[in-house]
Amino acid sequence: MSTRFFEQADEAVAGIEDGSTVLVGGFGMAGMPVELIDALIRQGAKDLTVVSNNAGNGDTGLAALLAKGRVRKVICSFPRQADSWVFDDLYRSGRIELEVVPQGNLAERMRAAGAGIGAFFCPTGAGTLLAEGKETREIDGRTYVLEYPIKGDVALIGAHRSDRMGNLVYRRTARNFGPVMATAATTVIAQVREIVETGSLDPEAVVTPSIYVDRVVQEAQRA
Amino acid sequence: MTATNTATGTGAPRGRLGKHEMAALVARDIPAGSFVNLGIGQPTLVADHLPAGSGVVLHTENGMLNMGPAAKEGEIDPDLTNAGKVPVTELPGAAYFHHADSFAMMRGGHLDICVLGAFQVSGRGDLANWHTGAPDAIPAVGGAMDLAIGAKKVFVMMTLFAKDGSPKLVPECTYPLTGLGCVDRVYTDLAVLDITPEGVRATRTFGITVDELAERLEVPLLTA
Repeated sequence: MSTRFFEQADEAVAGIEDGSTVLVGGFGMAGMPVELIDALIRQGAKDLTVVSNNAGNGDTGLAALLAKGRVRKVICSFPRQADSWVFDDLYRSGRIELEVVPQGNLAERMRAAGAGIGAFFCPTGAGTLLAEGKETREIDGRTYVLEYPIKGDVALIGAHRSDRMGNLVYRRTARNFGPVMATAATTVIAQVREIVETGSLDPEAVVTPSIYVDRVVQEAQRA
Repeated sequence: MTATNTATGTGAPRGRLGKHEMAALVARDIPAGSFVNLGIGQPTLVADHLPAGSGVVLHTENGMLNMGPAAKEGEIDPDLTNAGKVPVTELPGAAYFHHADSFAMMRGGHLDICVLGAFQVSGRGDLANWHTGAPDAIPAVGGAMDLAIGAKKVFVMMTLFAKDGSPKLVPECTYPLTGLGCVDRVYTDLAVLDITPEGVRATRTFGITVDELAERLEVPLLTA
């Protein structure tokens, strides 16, 4: 289906259901789709599983979603940071579930979901706490751990530009999880800084082709 | 402090090393043209000691090769950070890629060296650096496990003894493991220790003799 464009972030996040698994792009604040997260808070979906590298910084964005009690479980690589007090409180008081996943496995499990891979054997974490209870196999003398895909119902990502087709380009390290998450969710919603005419992006430079992108909204502060 | 028996390395500093001297030592051992990932914390200091023109390309796991130094005021770009989320700069020839590619690069054995901090390293090269295992600690692993098993060579930078005096080179790690048998060399304030199939060898010591060191460690040191 072709990409749909929205004027408002609130329209772009309409229909996200309670209990959804939501992939949230960004590494720290770089690439974080803050306006989409704020819109999701207003939209009100609850009992969410959030998949993101971190578990919120400060009191805005993902941290604000957590603070509203909308998130049942976080799947991430690095929850604990100097300014992750919202998550820390929820976790220590037993009000949120946590699955810690090595950063590369987090990315690869979403890549697998987006690429139609049923599961894969990965050496990361073999023999550690994070591989406990998981199936392992020795291949060429090395131990690998069976890892399953992580698929989202929704992905919220930040990108730099979209053309009118929904082809996306990113900027510098703000790319991070965006391209992988864009392949791994049923509904992919991108917040972009600029929407440009079709034909003005170099096709050789498109990072996320429009086939992956369902909805696009331009950042309000730049519109 | 007595003078050392530095086995190798000319002009090596005498006495216990500070963190900048350790970083300089690591930097000197990185071959020109290597692709290198520097972990968060002390390993980041290594970048300051790489000689100009070394051609060492720094990888940051959030998706960049040929990362430049930390951004100064006026250069800060929120879209350009390192793995510690510190604003950095790009060097000519930099390349950006997404997270799955960045970790495939690591896991696929394309990185020559990574330098990591550690809580403990075992005599067999097991690494513990992600979690204290304390009941109230919130586990956070980031890219530590991927780096530990991915890079061709894993260097660790740490003080050899914890604040309570206990050695951090141990027969068996008591902290939760990051990776098994993955560490090649440990740079400490008192010695450089190579983890070999035969055992641990102190190739350089600082302000202590190998015999004195051996007395303070439970892990036997190879003498030849």
